[in-house]
Amino acid sequence: MQDHPHPSEIIAAVARFLKDEVASQTTGRLSFQARVAANALEMMTRQLDTQPAAEAAELTSLKAMLSMDGDLATLNAELARRLGAGEIDLTVPGVADHLWATTLAKLAVDQPTYWGYRAALNERSDKQEP
Amino acid sequence: MDEVAESLDALARHRLGGTKISGLTRLTAGASQEIWRFNVIANDGETPLILRRAPGGIRVSETAIGPEIEAALIQAAHAAGVPVPIVRWVLTEEDGLGRGYVMSCVDGETLGGRIARGETFAHARTVLAGQCGAALAATHRIDPDAFPTLKRLTPLEFVTQYLDAYRATEWPRPVFDLAFRWLLDRCPAPPESPRLVHGDFRNGNIMVGEDGLRAVLDWELAHVADPMEDLGWICANSWRFGVEAKPVGGFGLREDLWAGYEAAGGVKVDPDRALFWEVFGSLRWGVMCSGMFTSFRTTDPVVERAVIARRTSETEIDLLRLLAA
Repeated sequence: MQDHPHPSEIIAAVARFLKDEVASQTTGRLSFQARVAANALEMMTRQLDTQPAAEAAELTSLKAMLSMDGDLATLNAELARRLGAGEIDLTVPGVADHLWATTLAKLAVDQPTYWGYRAALNERSDKQEP
Repeated sequence: MDEVAESLDALARHRLGGTKISGLTRLTAGASQEIWRFNVIANDGETPLILRRAPGGIRVSETAIGPEIEAALIQAAHAAGVPVPIVRWVLTEEDGLGRGYVMSCVDGETLGGRIARGETFAHARTVLAGQCGAALAATHRIDPDAFPTLKRLTPLEFVTQYLDAYRATEWPRPVFDLAFRWLLDRCPAPPESPRLVHGDFRNGNIMVGEDGLRAVLDWELAHVADPMEDLGWICANSWRFGVEAKPVGGFGLREDLWAGYEAAGGVKVDPDRALFWEVFGSLRWGVMCSGMFTSFRTTDPVVERAVIARRTSETEIDLLRLLAA
């Protein structure tokens, strides 16, 4: 068992350092780059915190939808192949829900402030209202 | 910078009708192109100019048309009535500045978010979509035969080119496959008369002032293809900067863009064809973002590239909202 603090806690601390100490006390390109670096580290904390649960759910969903076994990379490649070949499409039950769930999980890590993601969240929650 | 300043001093004396230069500033650090701003000092005053160049040793990107043809195209666009900077000099080997050209400096804003949301541009936004339509109509009047080296692409070839680029990344993105299937099932026939298209006409590549459109920039992806491609690309989600109700670059309505295009002599707009190119626009930008991973891992492992690669998922959510709402 590795010791604490957890990687995501340490990475978050480095991100705060870059933002509060480096970016705020420099100017121009260096300040900009420090902010970009801090944002990248914050992305990594979100990934470390959510990836295990999100990918376990994705794998379960893929196995059920494709009726086959395999790891995440293999099953995703197979889903991509079937969609590209037109062997399955959005009319097949579960396909649209799977694509929505996995894409929203990506955005929650990559770009949680992206306006298109915020709009999608609103639209999805409106749909699930009775 | 000293080397560039020295060469530009000589250029000012020999080619630009001045005595020397001042105020040399580098504006961007593009991967394949550099943009510099400087003033030429002459007896009758100072003139601000822009140098766009691919310095020696830096490879011009494979998809780009090359600075000499870019300069010729900007001159042809000017003659056709497109608002563009005036090309003052195309670099030769003797100039010692690499490949590129010098053009007039047009005042205005290029940052998409400011154009879409800034108070300064409130009036500009009421006329900009129509002006963009007119600028595209003029662009599509440029004679493609004058530019025989530009790529000729049918809609199917263009989609296939990006499908190949996506497959080459060897990273499964089921939403991309869904979108490619959608596009291939609806791929329009080659246009009756292919036109010279700008190829990257979007909010971010136009210079805008308080009065509206001042110049169309960044001609390096020009090719000969379906003119509706340009009208769809500027409407892709990726250039709306959060202003979803204004599909044209976050500042205007499709109807105003199309009306401006038709009024300025463009062919009648086919809405289905424009929508096809709009969906392709999101996918094309997605493939471009995901390509950042390749250069990150192979040649240029900087944080900025990694972060742009991680913006690919923005286009995946955009595509789902278009195709699976």
